[in-house]
Amino acid sequence: MQESPKYWKGIEELENSPEFLHNALSEFGIPMKESRPSSDDTVAPRRDFLKLMGFGLAAATLASCEAPVRKAIPYLNKPEEVDPGIANFYASTYFTGQDYNSVLVKTREGRPIKLEGNPESPVTRGGLSARAQASVLSLYDGARLQSFAINGKAADKDKVDQEIRTRLASAGRIAIVSHTIISPSTKRAIADFAGRFAGVEHVQYDANSVSALLRANGGVVPGYDFSKASVIVSLGADFLGTWISPVEYAAQYIVNRKVSSEKRSMSRHIQFETNMSLTGSNADVRAAVKPSQMGTIAQQLYNAVVSGTMPAKPADPKKDIMANALYLAASELKAAGNGGLVVSGSNDANVQALVAAINASLGTAAINAAAPSYVRQGDDQRMANFVNGIGNYGAVIFYHANPVYDHPMGDKVAAALANKGLVSISFNHTADETGALCQYQCPDHHWMESWNDYEPKRGSLSLSQPVITPLFKTRQAQESLLTWAGNPNTYYNYLRNNWRGILGGNFQAGWDKAVHDGVATGTLLPAPAAQLAPAGQATAPTAKTGGIELAIYEKVGLGDGSEANNPWLQELPDPVSKATWGNYVTVPRAMAKEKGWEQGDVVKVTANGKSVELPVLIQPGQAQGTIGIALGYGRTKAGMVADKVGANAFPLVSLADNALNYVATATIEATGSREPLAQTQTHHTIMDRKPVVQVATLEQYIKNPKEVTEYDKIATPEGLEKPSKVSLWQDYEYKNHHWAMAIDLNSCIGCGSCVVGCQVENNIPVVGKQEVINRREMHWMRIDRYYSSETHKDSFEDKGKLSTYALMEDPSDNPQVIFQPMMCQHCNHAPCETVCPVLATTHSTEGLNQMTYNRCVGTRYCANNCPYKVRRFNWFSYYSNEKFESVNGHMFTDLGRMVLNPDVMVRARGVIEKCSMCVQRIQLGKLEAKKQKRRPVDGEVVTACAQSCPTQAIVFGDLKDPNSRVAQIWRREDGERGFKVLDAVNTQPNVTYLTKIRNSATSEFFAPEVEKAEKKAEPHNA
Amino acid sequence: MSSYRLRSFSHWLLALFLTFTAVGQVAAQDAATVSKEGVTPGATAAAAPAAAAGSAAGAGSAEAIAAGDALFKGNCAQCHAVNDVVVGPALSGIDKRRPLPWIIKWVKNSSKMVASGDEYAVKIFNEYQKQQMPSFALSDAEITSIVAYVKSEEGKGGGATAKTDGGTPAVDGQAPTTGDDAASGKYVNVVLIVLIVVLIVLVVTLVIIANIMKDVLRGRKDLDGRDVEILDQKTDWMGVLKSGWFKGIVGTLFVLVVLYESIQGIMAVGLTQGYQPAQPIAFSHKLHAGEHQINCAYCHTSVYKSKSANIPSANICMNCHSQIKTTSPEIKKIYRAIQRQQPIQWVRIHNLPDLAYFNHSQHTQVGGIECQTCHGPIQNMDVVYQYSALTMGWCINCHRETPLNTKGNGYYDNLVKLHNEANAGAPFTVSSNGGTECSKCHY
Repeated sequence: MQESPKYWKGIEELENSPEFLHNALSEFGIPMKESRPSSDDTVAPRRDFLKLMGFGLAAATLASCEAPVRKAIPYLNKPEEVDPGIANFYASTYFTGQDYNSVLVKTREGRPIKLEGNPESPVTRGGLSARAQASVLSLYDGARLQSFAINGKAADKDKVDQEIRTRLASAGRIAIVSHTIISPSTKRAIADFAGRFAGVEHVQYDANSVSALLRANGGVVPGYDFSKASVIVSLGADFLGTWISPVEYAAQYIVNRKVSSEKRSMSRHIQFETNMSLTGSNADVRAAVKPSQMGTIAQQLYNAVVSGTMPAKPADPKKDIMANALYLAASELKAAGNGGLVVSGSNDANVQALVAAINASLGTAAINAAAPSYVRQGDDQRMANFVNGIGNYGAVIFYHANPVYDHPMGDKVAAALANKGLVSISFNHTADETGALCQYQCPDHHWMESWNDYEPKRGSLSLSQPVITPLFKTRQAQESLLTWAGNPNTYYNYLRNNWRGILGGNFQAGWDKAVHDGVATGTLLPAPAAQLAPAGQATAPTAKTGGIELAIYEKVGLGDGSEANNPWLQELPDPVSKATWGNYVTVPRAMAKEKGWEQGDVVKVTANGKSVELPVLIQPGQAQGTIGIALGYGRTKAGMVADKVGANAFPLVSLADNALNYVATATIEATGSREPLAQTQTHHTIMDRKPVVQVATLEQYIKNPKEVTEYDKIATPEGLEKPSKVSLWQDYEYKNHHWAMAIDLNSCIGCGSCVVGCQVENNIPVVGKQEVINRREMHWMRIDRYYSSETHKDSFEDKGKLSTYALMEDPSDNPQVIFQPMMCQHCNHAPCETVCPVLATTHSTEGLNQMTYNRCVGTRYCANNCPYKVRRFNWFSYYSNEKFESVNGHMFTDLGRMVLNPDVMVRARGVIEKCSMCVQRIQLGKLEAKKQKRRPVDGEVVTACAQSCPTQAIVFGDLKDPNSRVAQIWRREDGERGFKVLDAVNTQPNVTYLTKIRNSATSEFFAPEVEKAEKKAEPHNA
Repeated sequence: MSSYRLRSFSHWLLALFLTFTAVGQVAAQDAATVSKEGVTPGATAAAAPAAAAGSAAGAGSAEAIAAGDALFKGNCAQCHAVNDVVVGPALSGIDKRRPLPWIIKWVKNSSKMVASGDEYAVKIFNEYQKQQMPSFALSDAEITSIVAYVKSEEGKGGGATAKTDGGTPAVDGQAPTTGDDAASGKYVNVVLIVLIVVLIVLVVTLVIIANIMKDVLRGRKDLDGRDVEILDQKTDWMGVLKSGWFKGIVGTLFVLVVLYESIQGIMAVGLTQGYQPAQPIAFSHKLHAGEHQINCAYCHTSVYKSKSANIPSANICMNCHSQIKTTSPEIKKIYRAIQRQQPIQWVRIHNLPDLAYFNHSQHTQVGGIECQTCHGPIQNMDVVYQYSALTMGWCINCHRETPLNTKGNGYYDNLVKLHNEANAGAPFTVSSNGGTECSKCHY
């Protein structure tokens, strides 16, 4: 046998090295790592990508072969009143220690999806605050405790009860710490509890305390009625935004602020304040003053009204704004007599005593002594005594109170709770800053899951009723108290028994009516306990001087921060600064210039030995030498949304003269870092452009209502004509309905209730801070806020055009403010409709500009072409993109999704959305009318924004119905106050705005000369 | 001459084909109209009692009986029959057993009578397993008319009446309708068969005649070359097959068919017409809605008032099935669900995408549309399937074609006037009132 010659491929084969043998069998060798090593592990290698793609394609193909099986699951035993697809409304009450609102809860298939104001309520008159609007989401908050717990570990209710009972029996002194409680039956349950255990003390405190006011008025908030006041002087009380009961006050306030050619009178509102507040923005005369000056102002007003010593009239009212305002306030109050009203937001007992004395001297009709308000009962001194002496207590029960977060001495409470000898029980909904430190967590039902009663004002009662079966294994706090006190009664029966006295006659009928209406008349609440210290004397308060003064304030959305874990509130722009997601230091421009700060520079503010680091926001209207910081932020254990947003300002509050002092002397230093602020509006002025928004003085209006509004004219061959004379498009003819809106800028106070109402109704996603900074917020409705500027077009000659325009962009130091709700104008000649390549936005036969999401391909031409900038683009899948899980979390979980309106779809990524004028409500209203074989009645079809407006600034209706309110306003105000925004572009909106009338000598938005010059004709080119 | 005849033969064939197609289409259209208009059980049933009233002995005018009929079906028929024991006793002879005032009192509040210790009431109550008869808010006159109706129905035979006798009011109105359908269908079929037979005979005759004539011609010797050529001419089928124009036509046809089929296929992606899943409980609409004539709204409680028609909850089943067929394995499933507190998970058949808003009450209550218009002959379905395509095109087509149900509805009065002023001739359809606008269904 001859061996065939053996060829070897290389020297390795000849040598037959082990490496060669190892590799010989695998043709491609050991799989190599990516030739180009990647530092980023997340980058998928090409092969993986191909594999995934292949698998993905195959999976998608397979998946699309068979439609998923969907289930239809009916009730086992259908409740009689529930019909799938039909909303039920239940009257209830929202009060969480801040503002009181009587509400109607809209439920679908047994789950609450929206809150609306209860028109039956004599207190809130159908209005609803932004906070109350948003509170429906708190029911579905994923951070809520789902069962009773011992030291954070879930435990059986009975076991917890048993342990607590034993430990309470031997505890000695027991404190129940709560915010203000206005529930008569709850108070009685607490009293019963106190009867069972010796040494029970109920300590009420308010995070936003008005202790001094209570002290000066015998322990109650005076029963203000702003509708009876012709002159309102407010010393730092933000009564339209945050102070005590803003919805109630706004509804009263607006009564005298609405004007028409038949009623050409308005109340006069003079505001002294440090920070630019919502109320200050609405004032006719506003003076920015330091907190330390407030006492002097109160004293001088007191002198003028009570003693008759008038303050001096300043020589130059423009220069000395404060002296001028003081002079005006004093003289007008005196002239108004019992039509005058002074309110003060100060928590200084001396100031409040002076204010009370002034009101008493005026004999003001705007305070109803018979119906004082109970919504604030907190006693700062009692709370301070409790905190300081917490070591003497054997047990403490926190009833929705979170002092570790919202009390300046919270750290002391936290330290005391570390002591295991102290029995600590929390009724709080979440394991918040205080609750997490407690030994026993006995979460209360949400208010929408419970029975309760309320007495916000003497003689006005209201009820809340459960509108959903409790979601978690919680128990109503009152029932817990009763259980521990050995009372086997349910709280429902307990409550009913308590009401027997006041619903005379047939109790069952009276009770049914009260539950149905949500409100009743009668008095159940015992007189509140007197404040600990005696009322201060009317002595001249000493003015503190020196340093930068800090005024701590509340925001309209977040308030005291107890509901901070609500993304709708976090993203609600502050009405004045338009900032979202976080607090900041408001500084006047002069200070920023002097210190060399720019907006967004982080500074360290130190007061009372505590400090916070926050970015700077330059705030026009901020008093010189002062800064402001909002409460309610900087939560650490609120939940996914609120944690680590902003900084907590409560530690900066101090206790002075038996009351929490929300002003302080502060030092500020720059930190060198920057943090961008998420503002939804960064342009501040209207640059003298009347077509945007119009404003006039009451004087002008009285003289001639037809002169207050300026109408655009365009040049045509026949001379100046109305813009609608020349049109490229055919007019629409509406036969059936013509939906339209009228927005009275005189009535709009800018509270933002409509913004949240719209968000809830229309399933609008929350986008978070970064996306707001990217200007991609999704609100269909926004409220534009414009400041006046000192510079006007009349400076062209002195300063040159360019520099004048530059100056016109700057608001003045104490600007006048206009709020303008802005949403899709539903133009009859809509610029968006003509540019859509796929006809996704079209006009309806009822005057609506329709947006069809499923047809939209996302070119965004329409948004480009919209002169009002009201169209919003879905840049992301906000309901599934993990980037938005922390801010828009309610669209991610089954629990949170229960809040979505089932009649409105959740928009997908890549489509435009915008205001639909709540077309789902229009359709429903029409259908109801058709079913009853009649035309819809005015007021039956209301958009969410119009429904939620506490001041009825927004009126919606059918122009084809000549008797509808909107048709009447359109007719009445045509040629007077009615104007269309950007009329010259001839979009012919279906929204009419009514010129704002300000009860002041001048309107600072336009130069008087310019007005005349413009009248001469400066034709727009159409 | 003969060549002419031969050519006319092919014309005949063409004509034959066309006729068949046309007839077929007519038949199909007939079927389509039936399916579109639906079958209306209520409509025919209303007419029937008037006829029956003539034979009715005793008191009660025809109107009262007609009114009683409707009331009986709406309120009583779930538990009572005239001549049969259902849940409650058979009602025949009720006016003889009890005086009218007693009956009225009983119908209005039976539990009160039982509680008051009325002897007969207690007896009845105990006799029927202590099953409470619900209270009915009917007026005295209404109850009287129901009694009149019961009287008119007396002695019309047992439960079998409903199924056998075509004319009695107890029968569902749908039976005669189906009869009509069948009759007209049969008629069309007979005509078709006769036509086909005639045509076949004609063709055969013609072929025979042609052959005979050819033979005759072949037998003649006086033909010249050209005639013989024509006579012996044979069609070159292969030539035709190979010719360019033939290939062209076939090719084009093939491409068109493939194109059409693929477009249809693509358009049908996601379509679930005919979807007929098995349900956890073998509930038969044929039995309940068809044979027993239970009103749709009895179970689908909110079909006239809500967006959703409402799939009945188990307690509605229990209204009857606490008494009827309690041993059936299917009904035991309901009992089990109630015992275990686990709702029945039906498989959803009609799935609209989330982006489309549909409201039942708008169509049923306002539009006056029958359930069958969209859901098909539900009363014949043992297992329900998706009858309509539920595509947007299907919706829009109907909105374009259907006139608005404006009669007696104050909402439309002015609109009808305006429409008639503008174009009286055209029907006032849903779409002419904006019913095809995007925001009517998408928001």
